[in-house]
Amino acid sequence: MPITREEVLHVAKLASLELTEDEVERLTGELSAILAAVSKVSELDLADVPPTSHPLELVNAWGEDEPRASLELDDVFANAPARERDLFKVPPTA
Amino acid sequence: MIDTLRLTAEDALGLLERKEVSGAELHRAYLDAVAERDGELHCYLRTVDGAEGDGVPIALKDVISTKGVETTAGSQILAGYVPVFDATVAARCREAGLPVIGKTNTDEFAMGSSTENSSYGPTHNPWDPERVPGGSGGGTAAAVSAGLAPWGLGSDTGGSIKQPSALCGNVGLRPTYGTVSRFGVVAFASSLDQVGPVARNVRDCARLYSIISGRDPADSTTVDVPPVELPEGESLKGIRIGVPKEMNEAEGIEPGVTAAVQRAIEVAGELGAEVGECELPRSVEYGLACYYLIAPAEASSNLARYDGVRYGLRVDADTYYEMVERTRDAGFGDEPKRRIMLGTYALSAGYYDAYYGQAQKVRTLIAREHAAAFERFDVLVSPTSPTVAFKLGEKAADPLAMYLSDLLTIPSCMAGLPGLNVPCGLSGGLPVGLQLIGPQLSENTLFRTGHALERALGFDPVPERLR
Repeated sequence: MPITREEVLHVAKLASLELTEDEVERLTGELSAILAAVSKVSELDLADVPPTSHPLELVNAWGEDEPRASLELDDVFANAPARERDLFKVPPTA
Repeated sequence: MIDTLRLTAEDALGLLERKEVSGAELHRAYLDAVAERDGELHCYLRTVDGAEGDGVPIALKDVISTKGVETTAGSQILAGYVPVFDATVAARCREAGLPVIGKTNTDEFAMGSSTENSSYGPTHNPWDPERVPGGSGGGTAAAVSAGLAPWGLGSDTGGSIKQPSALCGNVGLRPTYGTVSRFGVVAFASSLDQVGPVARNVRDCARLYSIISGRDPADSTTVDVPPVELPEGESLKGIRIGVPKEMNEAEGIEPGVTAAVQRAIEVAGELGAEVGECELPRSVEYGLACYYLIAPAEASSNLARYDGVRYGLRVDADTYYEMVERTRDAGFGDEPKRRIMLGTYALSAGYYDAYYGQAQKVRTLIAREHAAAFERFDVLVSPTSPTVAFKLGEKAADPLAMYLSDLLTIPSCMAGLPGLNVPCGLSGGLPVGLQLIGPQLSENTLFRTGHALERALGFDPVPERLR
């Protein structure tokens, strides 16, 4: 089932990627080929098989509830593209 | 004069203990080797001057956060990112006194099988610089083989430790899922990612595993690990080795690879192992498809954090949403974009059950098939990679051809099983890797088996052109 250009644009939006025109065209072809290959999983009838989300049978790893120091604020902001007071600064949402 | 080409970590430890060299001198010797040979190979993205610690120096893959040392994961989106804390594995190396030689090259976000997807340029194979070192951990593997590090750490999601070790002719362990902390390691696919050691021989690999493994309160997926036994014996008496038919006869395995692996299996029999055939039919047939749904799905979620807000690249724009979209388009290379798109698609409304949900069920089948095989065998063997090192550019234009490099490493990763690559010979002058797979937490058995085979096979890990 080939993926359409409209689907690529929709998925790019969901993934917050502003793709160039070249990328949209290339990804439409590549994703179609990859999806055709991975669709192989649908050949199997697995109605009675439970899913595995995690390879270990771990349930609730508890830790002691001990207070400890967090990072210093200057460390928290050390790699920030823009800071204003103790906030990450971003452009307006609209 | 320290010959870093031949020096094992155990040799280095001996020199340090007898005070024949200092940690600083040893570190300097590796930096000198890097200055001499890394121009051609490009194993390192950056080196670290000044030895911190008086132990055996180490190379760290650039997905491992190192306090005060730039960590990019091979991506432009993290160019200039300097972590303010150490990953747990980096902290454990520091506590053990292992000075960091440098940060090694990787496919961007560890996504690839050749290191050609690094946005800082590819690494070259020390056996033949026209060929790839494998990936994603090509930098660490090539550094260890070229004598630019006695040992190093990699990370493995679907083969990124084992496959480069196979292509470069050294020993790499992908440990049991949960045995090594991922805290501070750049995340790719969290139900699969594992950190592991790469070394010149099995004993060094085991020693490094003992340093980095064990429960970490900062990573709630970690478990208690049985004490690591440094392997010593040369007999394989009592070890039952299974040869999964499909993993040894899969289409695309080169004849030279099969020949070297067959010879290693014969040697295992001569050393006293019981050898028998077994089957993993669906693991091989459906493993790759399963992996290329689950790993991209998890990656699309993990890579959502790169939004130009808290760290990393930002491309300015008038609105927040435009800023995020432009930052991600400019900062991610082709492979992360491909996987983010694939994963987002597989998780999106209307497709989730057919793709991600179905892949998770296939994952259960793969785990069950392996569990059945381990009722009869202690160790399963196959080639690690279907081919020896391929030429740079050979598969770069065809993502699906590149994905096939991981055909034989992926199934055990899906089941959270440990896997060890041990070099077992040459084909056309290039190393062939033998993959040993065991049940969860069976690292000591893998070390014992790998060590005995390594002794008997007598593989010389120094690339012929550097001897």
